[in-house]
Amino acid sequence: MAVMSSPERPSPLRFLWKPLEALMQAVLNTVEIPMRWAQRMLGQQKIAWVFLLPNLLIFGLFTYLPIGVNFLYATTGGTNLWPGDRPFLGMDNFEVLLDCENYLDPATCRRDLFWVAVYNSAQFVVLQVGFMVTFALITALILNRKIIGRGFWRSVFFYPVLLSPVVVALIWKWILQREGVLNAALVGLGADPVNWLLSPDWAFFWVVFVNIWFQMGFYTLILLAGLQAIPPDVYEAAEMDGTKPVRVFTRITLPLLMPTMIVVLVLALIRAVQAFDEIFVLTGGGPGSATMFIVQYIYETGFASQIQQFGIAAAASLLLAVVLFILTMLQLRATRRQMNG
Amino acid sequence: MLRFGMKRALTATVALGALMAAGGAAAQELRYMCYQDGIECDVTRALLDQFEAENPGITVVVDVVPYQAILDNLPVQLAAGEGPDMARVTDLGGLNQHYLDITPYVDAAYWEENFGATLDWLRSGADDTGIYGMMTQLTITGPYVNATLYELAGMEMPGDGATWDDWAESTRAVAEALDVPFPMAMDRSGHRFAGPAMSNGAAYFDDNGDPILVDDGFRDFAATFVGWHADGTMPVDVWGGAGGGTYRDAFAEFANGNLVLYMSGSWQIGRMGSDIGDGFDWVVVDNPCGVAGCTAMPGGAAMVAFAHTEHPEAVASVIDFLAQHDIYSSMMAQTNQIPAHIGVASAGVDFTAGEDAAAALSVFSDQVPNLLPPAFALQGYRFNRAVYNATVTRLTQAIVGELSLDDALMRIDQDIADALATAEQ
Repeated sequence: MAVMSSPERPSPLRFLWKPLEALMQAVLNTVEIPMRWAQRMLGQQKIAWVFLLPNLLIFGLFTYLPIGVNFLYATTGGTNLWPGDRPFLGMDNFEVLLDCENYLDPATCRRDLFWVAVYNSAQFVVLQVGFMVTFALITALILNRKIIGRGFWRSVFFYPVLLSPVVVALIWKWILQREGVLNAALVGLGADPVNWLLSPDWAFFWVVFVNIWFQMGFYTLILLAGLQAIPPDVYEAAEMDGTKPVRVFTRITLPLLMPTMIVVLVLALIRAVQAFDEIFVLTGGGPGSATMFIVQYIYETGFASQIQQFGIAAAASLLLAVVLFILTMLQLRATRRQMNG
Repeated sequence: MLRFGMKRALTATVALGALMAAGGAAAQELRYMCYQDGIECDVTRALLDQFEAENPGITVVVDVVPYQAILDNLPVQLAAGEGPDMARVTDLGGLNQHYLDITPYVDAAYWEENFGATLDWLRSGADDTGIYGMMTQLTITGPYVNATLYELAGMEMPGDGATWDDWAESTRAVAEALDVPFPMAMDRSGHRFAGPAMSNGAAYFDDNGDPILVDDGFRDFAATFVGWHADGTMPVDVWGGAGGGTYRDAFAEFANGNLVLYMSGSWQIGRMGSDIGDGFDWVVVDNPCGVAGCTAMPGGAAMVAFAHTEHPEAVASVIDFLAQHDIYSSMMAQTNQIPAHIGVASAGVDFTAGEDAAAALSVFSDQVPNLLPPAFALQGYRFNRAVYNATVTRLTQAIVGELSLDDALMRIDQDIADALATAEQ
């Protein structure tokens, strides 16, 4: 039996329409008077700022003001929290952070741990983002095909994204610790156990791996949406022309997916630079400083030390903000270039 | 009729509202941020139930938090003028600027008489005579030994005056004989490291009282300590398994029978009783000796009040209640802690944890005469946690091979100098 749609059926709330219409008209009439006045005073160009004002206020309060406050801390010293109680130091905190004999060797820097954290972060960003975007693309391509249980597999890949970073880190800690699940399996197979989180190289590998496992589903989903937005008739035309699959991928899929890829790349880059919670729980930045990244350095300098060096921490976070700003600018530029063809 | 009914309802509502407002104004809710190694906060909660029954109108909410929150989050909250009314802290002198002086609300003579020995730990300096709270426990660092392993191995523990090297050799022999993973471990803490370093001759302070961490004694013990990690005497997991100054204990390794000797302190006695139980026999032994002595590190936790509280008198009454002889004695008995209350200590405490705990507490108490002057000086030093953090961070880097020992020691001095320079700005 076909289900009949009934567009002509009157809405049960129709009796509300007239009073609502009258109310709306009254509101518009009330607003119109000051708006006309504002437009007359400001002109048609500037009236746009009136509409932007609420958002600008919120951004100002929660984004730009904290940056200003951070700058205030970065240019002052001491351990007091109230800005008025802090002595002005100018750029001293930045100079302390940037005081190095050889920037390629953190051991020659006055704040060696800052530079260790910078290099660890840079290495992490390149490896984690590179591998994650590659795996996310491969996964999205597979999930875009008509495979058995496609919906199930999409859920499986997305599931880790739903977990809290702390939960993810604790789960992997149980797996990787000396008497963890992975070593139990190795011993069961007759192999020697490995101290996965106590060797600097292995710890770094697992930090990258766990982050890829944890975040890949999110980017897979975005890429999948990008793939599904590509018109199928382009593929049909290529098929009729007998184009080889590799050529279809490099000449059709990849170029048409590029705007989505850029968004994914920049989002992943920014998130990788900010990496902290799951790594802090998994390795605590260790062994030694092998997995200490820039956000952990800022946290430990500003908050976890008895003598809280807010100035140094603020200066380090401003330097991090500069890096994130550059990455965001690159994203905007690349997106604009794509849109302009 | 309807109008009359509405009027009555309105009157009743207004009356109820006024009553609730009056009740709200009278009720004083205090928050106590508490961490526990064993059951300290639970015992305090039970005692506070008694306080609340005797003091209607005052309620105390006990927020049990991890120790790391006391170290990291509480100072930031206090600096911002926020945070609980009271807390259990270990950074005794470091948080002094935030404390509430409860002298006007308590019997100062009683406090001086019974807590006089430790009140100075909470004060800012020699001129400060304020009463800011009470030590809820006195702690002494020292080694726990798995006696069952010694018995199974058929070996004798080193005797009186044994050095750290004697213990290292002995525990290695036991571990080898019984295939135990590790002979010894020490909590990841600069406080735990300080005792053995001082026994080895580390002075920690110069004649002017300024910190000088790296001297020959410190260097010698640091070299020994790093060497123990390199040769497998100590597991890399505890110190090497984290970065920065993060605290980590080795209790789980000891409780699981993976260690012969565990260097920790008296606050672990409760957990020894509850987590190990009859699993194996453990004993506390005298602190091993070095060339300068056989010192432990004193320490402890204090319940303090904060100046930003809106209810100073109520806060003072809570702390004063817990400081009374019988209540304090009950708290020590249930938590198996060394009392800081001189009257309670003199009268003796009926500890609840059985013979093992009583014997352990006795050994810890016996360490007090052996404490070297630098141990007291470091415990009373306002920035002692900065010293501990630098020790842990840099020695860990030497243990995992990131820095040579010389570089690590140089960085310890540099880190402390930088931190102190910030504090002096």
